[in-house]
Amino acid sequence: MSLDDATVRKIATLARIDVADADLAPLAKELSGIMNWIEQLQEVDTDAVEPMSGGTDMTLSWRKDAVSDGGHADKVLTNAPEAHEGFFGVPKVVE
Amino acid sequence: MTFLIKGETETWEVVIGLEVHAQVISNAKLFSGAPTDFGAEPNSQVSFVDAGMPGMLPVINEVAVEQAVRTGLGLKAQINKRSVFARKNYFYADLPQGYQISQFEIPIVGEGTVILDMPDGTSREVGIERLHLEQDAGKSIHDLHPTKSFIDLNRSGVTLMEIVSKPDMRSPEEAGAYLRKLRSIVRYLGTCDGNMDEGSMRCDANVSVRPTGSTELRTRCEVKNVNSVRFVMQAIEHEARRHVDVYESGGDIQQETRLYDPNKGETRQMRSKEFAHDYRYFPDPDLLPLVFDDDYIERIKATLPELPDEKKERFMSNYDLTAYDAGVLVVEKETSAYYEDVAKGRDPKAAANWVITNLFGALNKKGISISDSPVPASNLGKLIDLISDDTISGRIAKDVFEIMVEEGKDPESIVEEKGLKQITDKGPIEAAIEQVMADNSDKVEEYRGGKDKLIGWFVGQVMKQTGGKANPGMLNELLRKKLSP
Repeated sequence: MSLDDATVRKIATLARIDVADADLAPLAKELSGIMNWIEQLQEVDTDAVEPMSGGTDMTLSWRKDAVSDGGHADKVLTNAPEAHEGFFGVPKVVE
Repeated sequence: MTFLIKGETETWEVVIGLEVHAQVISNAKLFSGAPTDFGAEPNSQVSFVDAGMPGMLPVINEVAVEQAVRTGLGLKAQINKRSVFARKNYFYADLPQGYQISQFEIPIVGEGTVILDMPDGTSREVGIERLHLEQDAGKSIHDLHPTKSFIDLNRSGVTLMEIVSKPDMRSPEEAGAYLRKLRSIVRYLGTCDGNMDEGSMRCDANVSVRPTGSTELRTRCEVKNVNSVRFVMQAIEHEARRHVDVYESGGDIQQETRLYDPNKGETRQMRSKEFAHDYRYFPDPDLLPLVFDDDYIERIKATLPELPDEKKERFMSNYDLTAYDAGVLVVEKETSAYYEDVAKGRDPKAAANWVITNLFGALNKKGISISDSPVPASNLGKLIDLISDDTISGRIAKDVFEIMVEEGKDPESIVEEKGLKQITDKGPIEAAIEQVMADNSDKVEEYRGGKDKLIGWFVGQVMKQTGGKANPGMLNELLRKKLSP
């Protein structure tokens, strides 16, 4: 399977990655390589195998419903490019 | 009860499916130990997991799982002993991870049923497609700064149950009844407070139309985040009429997400349409499958309360109430408990009438809930006792009830203080009758001359003469005897 430039552009937009036009063709080639590898994997007969969501045979461990975190708005906002009155400040997004 | 839209060329039927996001009642969030209280200082209830900091790992809250299973059981739904969390990828300022942890292919709860109680006393079933667990997003505030949006992540990571119905509803009324029933069920179960004003229950409506008689499903539009039952019903009606107009003018409906504007009474397209939804779901590599056994489900099942449908059945068979009365009384747990206290050892139908007509009327007028009722169930019960043992008449009882609502006193002391006791002695009633007859000899002649209808007028006059306190049965009997020639 080979991806065209337009598909790579769409994937980049969805992932919010700024890709220069000149990089589209090389990226398309690399991504197509990955797709080809997956296509090759799909040749394996997995009809009798239950789908797995991970590489181990473990299941999820659970946590008690107890409050053990929070109360540190200052730390949460430390790396924010902009903060106002305890809020993150971002460019205006109005629907 | 059918709701049809008459167009220029055809009659149209509406097809509605609802997606409800119900915030789960728990102390901590779905995957972090941060608290969930409403209205806290901005970003004060945020762990680094909720803020999407690199390297943080989600660990599931056992109560979130239990609440989802409990809700599934309340919806008579299939519970999936193995379910899988997936990432739903989208970009938005209040979604710091860049994805929402949700469930996609295998949700924790599968198909179930909700029974709607329609206002005319009939009921009908709506199918549940699924219920899955997911994280809530943060909150964007747009009016605190001229050029910036402010983000509060307190809600980020709070547990939501997304409850998806089948496209089984055919009118705005049914959609309203569905939401009210769902709210009633989650409140009985204690899994969500059902408060639409505070956003702990939110609704998206999927709406399409088709010519009556047709069974096709046409393109639907999703109307987002409508925050009251009334607005959901209005939004559906407006959106359905828009579809009819488009089809009848030769156009076609595009699948899209729309917003309802209650002020203008119209839906409009959302601007984010250019980023056509492409969520690229995949299993979350940070989370293993969620697994539990039958014992776990049975243990939760054993703790379920009596739910509104069963309670309604019981009220109809034990108390001989109509479907409508029983339906009204079971909507809230508190109301049904109040009713049962009043009905205990008394005429259940009289109790239902007092609660539904008089008490609800008084509470509505004051705008308060039954838990703040100035009249406790024990006092309303006593009032009914006073009627049934002939201490007061039904008419006087209404006056006593008014005073109970205003002053919170018990009915016995009100009757005592105001001297409202019913007159059941023959003497005073006869005296009052004789007085009225003496003052109105012309009317007496008319009655005796065949004008039977005057009896009502005489009853009223004698009642007035006794300050409304005469026992109505005795009054009637004695009056007829005296009036007969």
